[in-house]
Amino acid sequence: MPTQDPQAFINALPFARALAMRVEALGNGRAEISMPWDPRFVGDPATGVIHGGAVSALMDTCGGAAVLSYPGASTTATIDLRIDYMRAATPGQRITARAECYHVTRNVAFVRATAHDEDAANPVATASGAFTFDRQGGAA
Amino acid sequence: MKHPEPVQRIKHRRDSALQTLVGAIPYAQFLGISFERHGDELTGVLSYDDSLIGNPILPALHGGVIASFLEVTAIVELSWAMLWDDLETGRLTPESMAQNLPRLPKTIDFTVDYLRTGLPRDAYARARVNRSGRRYASVHVEAWQDNRARLFAQATGHFLMPQRRDG
Repeated sequence: MPTQDPQAFINALPFARALAMRVEALGNGRAEISMPWDPRFVGDPATGVIHGGAVSALMDTCGGAAVLSYPGASTTATIDLRIDYMRAATPGQRITARAECYHVTRNVAFVRATAHDEDAANPVATASGAFTFDRQGGAA
Repeated sequence: MKHPEPVQRIKHRRDSALQTLVGAIPYAQFLGISFERHGDELTGVLSYDDSLIGNPILPALHGGVIASFLEVTAIVELSWAMLWDDLETGRLTPESMAQNLPRLPKTIDFTVDYLRTGLPRDAYARARVNRSGRRYASVHVEAWQDNRARLFAQATGHFLMPQRRDG
């Protein structure tokens, strides 16, 4: 886990780079990653609202980053991810996701996450998921 | 007796309507998603591009790309099913659709099951509307790459249906 430069994590993932994601904070099983509004990410042209899939991609990336920043983690992959969409994100505003890896077993990491736009008090979406968990040194 | 509509005209009308629907979703264009149609059956096609990679070491498609592909396919299938009758009866034409784009269903929740690594090649998806009421719909989507029987991801989502403008 390249903790010395958190942004290096995103720069190594072509699709996270394509969505112009930015690492805001990373460490100890927690991650905060944001993504700008962009007309190319819009799902419904009538409203200008970002497509749910782009929010999913942000949540998935943030969840994976949280797992990789958990002490001792080496690699991870998403097993399943559920997203609940509370409201449409306001067009033109940046979306920020915060994920927490709140429990790990020998092989599985459990993650929950929320995403908000500039109105931080009203989440745009929440997510929960399970990720594979591999420890450094390969004690599998 | 009325003559049946010429086959080429039917195909053109349906394909233009589908093109209008999908072409209006910027994020589907951004990901390189297109749709193939046989009758009313749609298959989503995700054309591989290097920018869709999440893990460059394997390499594997980004989980967010897979989730996005499944959600786009679910929304297009649901919208297509919603518009089909109006398109067939002529209440809606590809031209009137382009003038006044149909409102799309809104995702309430979406759960993705990642079954296998997404390989760096094209992917396909088909959605099935399990229930579609006046307000809510439940949709299941399956995605595969080389073999139809070996799914690499599946998802279930719930959607809020747009209210018809004519009430």
